[in-house]
Amino acid sequence: MSDLKTLVLNDLHVGLAGKMVPFAGWSMPVQYPMGVMKEHLHTRAAAGLFDVSHMGQVILRPKAGMAALVAGFEAMMPVDVAGLAEGRQRYGLFTNDTGGILDDLMFANRGDHLFVVVNAACREADIAHMRVRLADVAEVEEITDRALLALQGPQAETALARLVPQVAAMRFMDVGVFGDTWVSRSGYTGEDGFEISIPASGAEAFARALLEMTEVAPIGLGARDSLRLEAGLCLYGHDIDETTSPVEAGLTWAIQKARRAGGAREGGFPGADRILRELAEGPERQRVGLRPEGRAPMREGTELFAEDGTPVGRVTSGGFGPSQEAPIAMGYVATAHAAIGTRLLGDVRGKRLPVTVAAMPFHPTTYKR
Amino acid sequence: MKFTEEHEWLRVEGDLVVVGITEHAATQLGDVVFVELPETETMVARGDEVCVIESVKAASDILAPVDGEIVAVNEKLADNPGMVNEDPMGAAWFFKMKLDDLSVLDDFMDEDEYNDLIG
Repeated sequence: MSDLKTLVLNDLHVGLAGKMVPFAGWSMPVQYPMGVMKEHLHTRAAAGLFDVSHMGQVILRPKAGMAALVAGFEAMMPVDVAGLAEGRQRYGLFTNDTGGILDDLMFANRGDHLFVVVNAACREADIAHMRVRLADVAEVEEITDRALLALQGPQAETALARLVPQVAAMRFMDVGVFGDTWVSRSGYTGEDGFEISIPASGAEAFARALLEMTEVAPIGLGARDSLRLEAGLCLYGHDIDETTSPVEAGLTWAIQKARRAGGAREGGFPGADRILRELAEGPERQRVGLRPEGRAPMREGTELFAEDGTPVGRVTSGGFGPSQEAPIAMGYVATAHAAIGTRLLGDVRGKRLPVTVAAMPFHPTTYKR
Repeated sequence: MKFTEEHEWLRVEGDLVVVGITEHAATQLGDVVFVELPETETMVARGDEVCVIESVKAASDILAPVDGEIVAVNEKLADNPGMVNEDPMGAAWFFKMKLDDLSVLDDFMDEDEYNDLIG
């Protein structure tokens, strides 16, 4: 139990009466007294502050020039790294030799190095993987002396700009280094917002300054999960894993033309055979949005059936969407049953309840492009 | 009012027992988003799963606290599950049971004993 790692801002969360739970090896606030539902709605209406310091922050410094680093990093995933301009961030996916996903991540071009943010549960494996794959081209430096905060919602810009005025000029997926504060305009809620890396020593004062603003409330992991589900975003280990390919997962938007068949740097990433084949021929199964017709949530693991009783797939994330005022879910189904509007049945406690394949995101995104 | 170790409250109303969940239970569950109620006119045995409550976090059951017949359910909860958080000890009752012998309620905790349990 005491093996749990403690956040730099632990005292702040406890002082705010956050309910602390184990998550990916860390003691994390799952909710505050406001509760998951109100925290979710507050983020969509104003601004929510999330502590995401459990995530891995990594700097890749070139050993033999940026071009070699970029080429080495690009060889780890089906993503255009070389085409990413300085000051910009992109979504990436480490793939394995069978085309499954080892982790999803964000990486930024900061001119003379790359800055990478990876999932907490994959942090050690990702760093080991990068140290092997990038041994000749990069110093892989894990950052352990900084907190990572996310400020999300329509009033995030107004709030953060009081402390860091430069953020008002940023657009979606821009990154900026403002003194010792590193900011990206991105997040995991479907809302406009920012992720802010800040030295541990100044993190509490920075978080308190934000929380004193009327727009800003602290938000726990519970609402983080319902917000990302409404936004149609994958949770690693649930919606994507080492068996799901990026094509099955509907993440083809993350595979830029340069890496596809006929592209300037076609293939050359782990699992390219499967991923390029699925891009050409279509996958056997697909991640889809699901709207249960009744009020009963269909949780992770719910088995899905065609109306004639044939098993067709399984829910990978599901719950209640506070902004939808209805249950929502996502899962994998056989491609023949993946068209939007297809009516399926989900097994909830032995009852087969109707559910419809639906477009994602469930809640419209409001990124400032 | 009597209380069970499963955080239900039991209130005698004429010859019926009204069953709900405690404030403590409602707080622990978090925001309730779905309630599945039993059929009326069903005989149940103590420990049977009779209701499902789903919060934003998870699903949990309400067990029948005693043997008896479900004679009424609170249909309002199906349309407005949030009542469970707003008024767990009052308007958000779940079901009413008819027992052969109300004296079985004597075995359950009173309010002081329940407050000691949840400490």
